[in-house]
Amino acid sequence: MAGFPILSLMLAVPLLGALVCLLADARTARLIALGATLIDFALGVMLWCNFDVGGAQWQFTENVPLFAGFSWKLGTDGIALLLIELSVFLMPVCIGASWKSIDKRVGEYMAAFLLMETLMIGVFTAQDLFLFYIFFEAGLIPMYLIIGIWGGADRIYASYKFFLYTLLGSVLMLIAMLWMANEAGTTDIPTLMAYDFPAGAQKWLWLAFFASFAVKMPMWPFHTWLPDAHVQAPTAGSVILAGVLLKMGGYGFIRFSLPMFPEASAYFAPLIFVLSMIAVVVTSLIALVQHDMKKLIAYSSVAHMAIVTVGLFAFNVQGLEGSMIVMLSHGLVSGALFLSVGIIYDRLHTREIDRYGGLAINMPKYALFFMLFTMASVGLPATSGFVGEFLALTGIYQLSSWVALVCGTGIILGAAYMLYLYRRVIFGDQKNADAAAMPDLDLREMLMVVPIALAVLWMGIYPESFLAPMRKDIATLDARLSHARPQGDAQLTIGKPAAAATHETPAHEGAH
Amino acid sequence: MDPILFIVFLPLLAAIIAGLGNRALGNLAAKSVTTGALFIGCLLSWPIFLGFLAGHGEAHVVPVLNWVQSGSLRFDWALRVDTLTAVMLVVVTSVSALVHLYSWGYMAEDPDQPRFFAYLSLFTFAMLMLVTADNLVQMFFGWEGVGLASYLLIGFWFKKPSASAAAIKAFVVNRVGDLGFMLGIFGTFLVFNTVSIPEILVRAPAMAGSTIHFLGMEWSTMTILCVLLFIGAMGKSAQLGLHTWLPDAMEGPTPVSALIHAATMVTAGVFMVCRLSPMFAVSPAAMAFVTVVGACTLFFAATIGTTQWDIKRVIAYSTCSQLGYMFVAAGVGAPGAAMFHLFTHAFFKALLFLGAGSVIHAMHHEQDMRFYGGLRKQIPFTFWAMMAGTLAITGVGIVDVFGFAGFYSKDSILEAAYASASESGRFGFWMGIIAALLTSFYSWRLIFLTFYGKPRWAGSEHIQHAVHDDHHGHATHGHDHHDDGTAGYHPHESPLNMLIPLALLSFGAVFAGFIFHHAFISEGAGEFWKGSIAFAEQLIHHMHGVPGWVKWAPFTVMAIGFVTAYQFYIRSPETPARVAAQLGGLYRFVYNKWYFDELYDWIFVRPAFWLGEKFWKWGDIGLIDRFGPNGAAWMVSQGSRVAHRFQTGYLYSYALVMLLGLTAAISWVMVH
Repeated sequence: MAGFPILSLMLAVPLLGALVCLLADARTARLIALGATLIDFALGVMLWCNFDVGGAQWQFTENVPLFAGFSWKLGTDGIALLLIELSVFLMPVCIGASWKSIDKRVGEYMAAFLLMETLMIGVFTAQDLFLFYIFFEAGLIPMYLIIGIWGGADRIYASYKFFLYTLLGSVLMLIAMLWMANEAGTTDIPTLMAYDFPAGAQKWLWLAFFASFAVKMPMWPFHTWLPDAHVQAPTAGSVILAGVLLKMGGYGFIRFSLPMFPEASAYFAPLIFVLSMIAVVVTSLIALVQHDMKKLIAYSSVAHMAIVTVGLFAFNVQGLEGSMIVMLSHGLVSGALFLSVGIIYDRLHTREIDRYGGLAINMPKYALFFMLFTMASVGLPATSGFVGEFLALTGIYQLSSWVALVCGTGIILGAAYMLYLYRRVIFGDQKNADAAAMPDLDLREMLMVVPIALAVLWMGIYPESFLAPMRKDIATLDARLSHARPQGDAQLTIGKPAAAATHETPAHEGAH
Repeated sequence: MDPILFIVFLPLLAAIIAGLGNRALGNLAAKSVTTGALFIGCLLSWPIFLGFLAGHGEAHVVPVLNWVQSGSLRFDWALRVDTLTAVMLVVVTSVSALVHLYSWGYMAEDPDQPRFFAYLSLFTFAMLMLVTADNLVQMFFGWEGVGLASYLLIGFWFKKPSASAAAIKAFVVNRVGDLGFMLGIFGTFLVFNTVSIPEILVRAPAMAGSTIHFLGMEWSTMTILCVLLFIGAMGKSAQLGLHTWLPDAMEGPTPVSALIHAATMVTAGVFMVCRLSPMFAVSPAAMAFVTVVGACTLFFAATIGTTQWDIKRVIAYSTCSQLGYMFVAAGVGAPGAAMFHLFTHAFFKALLFLGAGSVIHAMHHEQDMRFYGGLRKQIPFTFWAMMAGTLAITGVGIVDVFGFAGFYSKDSILEAAYASASESGRFGFWMGIIAALLTSFYSWRLIFLTFYGKPRWAGSEHIQHAVHDDHHGHATHGHDHHDDGTAGYHPHESPLNMLIPLALLSFGAVFAGFIFHHAFISEGAGEFWKGSIAFAEQLIHHMHGVPGWVKWAPFTVMAIGFVTAYQFYIRSPETPARVAAQLGGLYRFVYNKWYFDELYDWIFVRPAFWLGEKFWKWGDIGLIDRFGPNGAAWMVSQGSRVAHRFQTGYLYSYALVMLLGLTAAISWVMVH
């Protein structure tokens, strides 16, 4: 593979597809979009197979100087690789989800999706600061369009909110980037990741990046755009929004904030913890009282992303790897949950939970998959959700038992709101005739949910496939963070073993 | 290949086949595959157990697959087989196989049989993963897996709102315990840098006297770890405070109650404490905590058991109470006695539940004992099976001669509690004695109400439906008048596939204690356990040295309980109502289950929904949106004339801002 510009090719294929889609009729556009995303998926598989685990940190690198030090520089490490895989895996599913439900301006819709794929992969592969910025910010434009044109009744308000939140963050991030390039004299991301910025400046830079990533994540209290955006977006838009776009915030933290500003990250870790703890409790409780399925899952996303942020700022290997797995898992699971909502939305055209009920009777296959994704969301062991959550919380416990406890309540509240949702939709009697008449999953829908279900189980039972590629990169990051690592609150002190239970009672004497 | 692989994975395979095959596969195939897998598992398990009993079993670990490796945290899928596991293997596979068989008859008319059998087998797989776990995380996997299966089976009749509600309650309440378990695992990893159980147990004694901070407070390391793990056990084993899900879990089909909510899953907490007993032994405070929780639970649950009318709820509270006994044993340092009671209890409690199922089957799903009576002549086989179970649970027996199963196991717990000579042990002993009286009372009350006296089922709606449908079916002449309380309905004995499990379990209830007490709890039991639990030989010495009255006390209170029940429900059936009226508030308190459900509803459930509503309406919409995006829009529209253009053309403005920024960036690069 040496020298073959596979990353550029992965960017080019969807872009080319997008241009053709703009000119094609509806039927052709669908086929082209599916073809382009499948080709990209195949390229993604090749990428993974050829990725040298434990080899060089940056692989498949390309570097074409453009002008004045600004260059087309791509490359990937294990962390980015996994997020690229997630993107190319979900894209064909998104096209499949839009197959029948989108019937106006299909060519443009498909073009927007394909453009978004290019930009998403661009974000995860860019190695130049400003190249990253272009992909990062431009990636949201197709999303605005998808919500604004193909969205629900309140799409204008939703996309306006989306825009407003993002704007402020991106301006601050750009200013910070300019300052950094000036200070370090380079825009090369790998170089910047090893550059030691002065501690005082780090704080300002960290905050500027935080403004952007916290919105994308989204962290409480910058999250209110998400439920509206999800509710208004078409199914595939929600899938990709929850599946990949939210991961850009986490990726930003792991690629920029942590390695570039380790001291500032340690300094602001308590802020992250407080916001995350509030997010877990508050948004979980809000999810409990929702009547709209998409809103419920959107709020649950905020709670799950809070686990990501605490894990990232745990400053240890378990926390970082756990956060990465939560991101991948949430990408699959929340994507699948939005897909599940879309499947019944296509049949009944409502997201109102009370309009359903008793679907286990007429849609048993659907009930099975919905159960699996619900359990994965709840974090049942042997699903992807558990591995990530468990590692992230193991990580944070080493820093603070309080944070672990409060974030741990997410496993209780998560079970409550997800099972309550499941109960109202799937269990109970068939109280609505139209819901009772809905047919079970058809072949197209099975082709979308089965691969995700298998991936969820794979990641839960044998996560080594996903841990191995990033192990070395996480270790590097962990080493970079080591000097800034805050003290844990456990303060374990070894006492005098002689003073064991021996003097207590006869019962305990014999126990040794 | 090691037989343990078949024992554990055949049920999983069967569950997948029956579950995915579902109706396409058909009832018979689904039932045969799952039941067959379990009987094979059972046949393979007994030789392992008997091998350990004979002293030639070797503890070993069969690796299966790597699971997670993250930094120094590493855990794999592996199956551990030692004495403790072997005991659980025979309990789980035997009861599960019999329950599978029993369900052929009990669920014969259910349209969803493949799903039911798939869930049962899935449960068995998860339970086996739990008992063979070599590390805490795989134990947690089994823990959550049985929780899932329990959730699915409680809610099996998902059309009933009460069943789905009970299912959620079981899962969520268990999750509260699970949080404790998880924090315990995190803490254990922090302290020992491993989650491998054998390694932890070896290194635990060295941690005595060390301290650690948790939630900002300083604790003895082993105390806080054990207490956190034990909170998990409290959830799964329905101990006081986290018990509220168990009685509601009776919404599930009765075979499920027998398998999951009596014999196996609910004992997982006891198993965990026994598995980690060398760790608990390091912390006297944690041991005392276990004892006190167990003692409170066994008393509290027994009081409620005396007042309930639903036959399954009586047995459910009885289970809760018996689990308390097991924890008392574990807490006073006698995990051998705890495991022995777990072992015998599995047989006699499964028997009682399946017997109750047979009664319910005969009575057209009527579960209220007020509508039973005189059934011993109608369903004599079920009656004798229930008698065997009752003799076992009440602990009938004569010292040094013969006793039913519970006689050996319960008495050894009480003796251990007395002999431990700790404050908490004494507390456990006295609570245990009082509860033994109550146990005897509610068990005989159940027998007398159900099988003795005159038939009372004429008033039962279930029976009336049955009789009504029957009359329609046969188009007979109008309504008969029966003054004998039967309304013309005559219960029938259950089919053979339900009676065989009853017979086999009866055998266990009668003889399990007599046959195995030597191996489990005698002074030489250390050779049997082979270090798989903390075996306190000294305590066993003390147990043999307890005063005579301690040995006879359980028998005495058992007799008092029997006589009282006889007086109340046979001699003068008007007494209970009179006593209830005299007790007044106390009776209502107990009858309403100490108002735990109401209390939790007020302090957890309602506030959660209220807070959710307020956080949403006030927080997100009223505060964040109002002063955030909406406020910004308002300011913009107030502050400038271009508001209109801004709101429609924001996308372009955004692109413009981005472009301007980039231009700035590039020009900066060029200037340098």
